[in-house]
Amino acid sequence: MSSWFDYTVNGLIIGNIYALLAVGLALIFGVSRLINFAHGSVYVVGAYAGFLAVTQFGTPLPLTIVIVVAVGALLGLAIERFGLRPLQGYAHIAPLLATIGISFVLDQLVQLTFSPDPRALPSELLQKRFQIGSGTIGALDILIAAIGIGSAGLLYYFLRFTRLGWAVRATAQDRDAAQQMGVDVDAVNRTVFAIASALGAVSGLLVGMYYNYIDPSMSFQATLKGVVAQVVGGVGNVPGAIAGSMLLGLVESYGIALFGTSYRNLFAFILLIVVLVLRPNGLFASRRQTPPEPMTGTFIAPSKPVQISPRTLLAIALAAALLPLVLPNPYVLQTLTNAWLYGLLGLSLTLIAGTVGLISLGHAALLAIGGYASALLSLDLGMPVGLSILLAGVIAAALGTLLVFPSFRLRGHYLSIATLAIGEIVSLVILNWDSLTRGPIGVSGIPPLSLFGFELDTDRSVYWFALGVLVVLAALQFRLLRSHLGRTLRAMRDDDIAARSYGIGLDRYKALAFAVGSFAAGVSGGITAHLYSYINHETFNSQLSILALTIVILGGMGNVTGAILGSVLLVGLPEVFRVAAEYRVLIYGIVLLLLVRFRPQGLLGTV
Amino acid sequence: MSAAPSLLEVRSLTRRFGGLTAVNSVDLDLAEGEFLSVIGPNGAGKTTLFNLITGHDDPDGGTVKFSGRDITRLPPEWLATLGIARTFQHGRVFANLSVMDNVLVGAHVRFKAVRPAWPSPLSLLGPFAEVALALIRPSSVVTEEKRMREEALRILARFGDRLLPRLDHPTYSLSYANRRRVEIGRALALGPKLLLLDEPTAGMNQTETAEMQTLIGDLKKSGLTILLIEHKLDMVMQLSDRVIVMDNGSVIANGKPAEVRNNPAVIEAYLGHRRSDKSEASVPEAAE
Ligand SMILES: Nc1ncnc2c1ncn2[C@@H]1O[C@H](COP(=O)(O)OP(=O)(O)OP(=O)(O)O)[C@@H](O)[C@H]1O
Ligand SMILES: [Mg+2]
Repeated sequence: MSSWFDYTVNGLIIGNIYALLAVGLALIFGVSRLINFAHGSVYVVGAYAGFLAVTQFGTPLPLTIVIVVAVGALLGLAIERFGLRPLQGYAHIAPLLATIGISFVLDQLVQLTFSPDPRALPSELLQKRFQIGSGTIGALDILIAAIGIGSAGLLYYFLRFTRLGWAVRATAQDRDAAQQMGVDVDAVNRTVFAIASALGAVSGLLVGMYYNYIDPSMSFQATLKGVVAQVVGGVGNVPGAIAGSMLLGLVESYGIALFGTSYRNLFAFILLIVVLVLRPNGLFASRRQTPPEPMTGTFIAPSKPVQISPRTLLAIALAAALLPLVLPNPYVLQTLTNAWLYGLLGLSLTLIAGTVGLISLGHAALLAIGGYASALLSLDLGMPVGLSILLAGVIAAALGTLLVFPSFRLRGHYLSIATLAIGEIVSLVILNWDSLTRGPIGVSGIPPLSLFGFELDTDRSVYWFALGVLVVLAALQFRLLRSHLGRTLRAMRDDDIAARSYGIGLDRYKALAFAVGSFAAGVSGGITAHLYSYINHETFNSQLSILALTIVILGGMGNVTGAILGSVLLVGLPEVFRVAAEYRVLIYGIVLLLLVRFRPQGLLGTV
Repeated sequence: MSAAPSLLEVRSLTRRFGGLTAVNSVDLDLAEGEFLSVIGPNGAGKTTLFNLITGHDDPDGGTVKFSGRDITRLPPEWLATLGIARTFQHGRVFANLSVMDNVLVGAHVRFKAVRPAWPSPLSLLGPFAEVALALIRPSSVVTEEKRMREEALRILARFGDRLLPRLDHPTYSLSYANRRRVEIGRALALGPKLLLLDEPTAGMNQTETAEMQTLIGDLKKSGLTILLIEHKLDMVMQLSDRVIVMDNGSVIANGKPAEVRNNPAVIEAYLGHRRSDKSEASVPEAAE
């Protein structure tokens, strides 16, 4: 492709594919005020269903599309029925977390069934191209455009002229009022999930055909792109979602033309953050309109936290410290060291998401910042390793807080999306800033852990080091929570309006908590970098963010001891039982789902 | 009407929601130590007026002055530092915080030792100092916390043994009436110059209401300036120095309780809204 015409066509085609995703997300958001993070998984399932039909049964294209639509619709119905309907009346964040859990499970099941390797999705249309003026247009392009426009037309007809469509619109406008007027809201939900998922699945099929390439990891990116397009167009706004998708497709296509492929997602996420911060209602909303509000509410289930006396905690810490002497098994020690490092991440997130109520979905970015900071400081500037780890914490705190600061005014799900996007931006900047981060090659030869010139070269000494850092930071966090700051932060989380009227400046305390929390995450990332001796932009990936959230919910939001316990259970146990890596993610997803549904207060209770 | 300088001065305050004018060019003066009640049928705009005064909502027009200073459009967290405290009609306690912590959060702006106020260029360091002081806890911080806790106990003692035995209970576990009491305790902990109470006895039974009336009466005697929204007119008549009546966003009457009670426009306003179900309870009282 060379001409602007081609880039425009390409942008519009990609925009069409995004639109199929974003319209579904917008419909779902409209009726249930939920951002469906499992949408990308439906898209992947759609792609693989098409792959299976074509390669195994040689189905012709029209039949393939019908099969994919059916599979998508059924999957949507199942997600709604078993994943989300039981959560009615739960905290608003609960269904969102459930869709994250569902997406982990679905992606992992696809991966286990079809292997993580990419597959080709053959299509006879791929080769056909027509000459138009100086540019060309492919038969597939035309098909995608036709499906996009056709679906939009059908959807318009459905919403406008059918009884069920009317019920959907009524529910989207005011769910309670619709219910009182006798609208079967559950039926509306079912319908919307079926339609949205059918569109999402077709989108997956079309992408697979367009690039002649599918793999299970497409899911996360697809969700993100759909969310970006939707937010740009105005959350819950169906025509807005279509316009936002086209805009996103064009921005990406021209961005690639100007700067190259690896910047593609960077543009998407920066667009998202800019729109979120400047026009949280989307580009096309009228100015005075208040954003759809009932998206606040943290994941704090009222509970009596399990009280553990300081003496008991001290005894447990001592026992942990003595363990290497009693059980000098390197495998156990390495596993627990890993658990301590995740414990640090848990401390960080339990403060930010639990105590303050900012559900961050991009926490791995703080690990990445810490990891790169410590690696580069020690490698390029020759800084002693202990000091570089400390500074890594400070840099993560400063940079992390600066990056999220503009998003502090967002509430509920919006903030979660923003953190997710910021996480992606950090990882893309790391990938693209070659001169500092060595780009895709990654940083190798990172010096091993050492402290005051003594190299920590045994499993034991590394174990003690990680445990020591964890105990010190956990103790500080305890002390902080028992000070006036503990009640101030928790007050903000419980009711930010009341907190403000008692003089609590929200930005100040959010920033303060975020900085304190990010420090622990940065230190954890720093230590990890020296342990691995090699890191790249994928070392701290977005799965870690979700793992961190699962750890924190498992232990009990805001619960310091809980974060450490959660980490030992989720990171340590699978290791001890030598669960294969691909099953672990499946386990995380299932644990998250079960927790959200059956024990939202976690094991030790929310604080 | 009062010679004393106004503590609160509201001029032509207006707030529109789409086509609806919830607060329509309202004027209001409140002298230091005065007790003013705002009454009116449901939807009259009373709560919206409170929101405008306390910075929770921005007016479309008009001004609010406090101690002679223009506070229109200032955010609530600033107004707290000036000594304005309020309670909320539907209750906004911090559900997962204990009774004690709720009240202590009320005193947030008065914690000076742990939140040093530094001059402008250094003020960016404020949050760092706050974290450091919270962790190190020098004796000044410890004494301050202790002093505030003692004061919180004194405030809670005003409610007899309603709250004292439940100091450590999270407020979500309290009865409805007790949650309202916690809210008032929290407001008192701010050491307010002006206290705004939005239906403090809503949902309380007669005994509880009488108890609350005594408490508010005591606050008045102690010289606190109070602005009260209340549907229970008996209470309003007994407590207030002055009453203003709102209907459809506008002030339709303003004067001594006895004057207002017999004002035909007021009776009309209440009777005219008879079909709105919530206000029915107060209609007989108004018409008496
Ligand atoms: N945020 C808002 N958006 C739109 N309309 C609003 C909003 N807040 C209040 N209103 C409307 O403004 C009018 C005044 O409401 P307000 O809550 O101030 O009444 P009130 O006098 O406090 O009534 P009540 O005695 O029931 O508490 C009502 O018609 C209400 O529906
Ligand atoms: Mg009201």
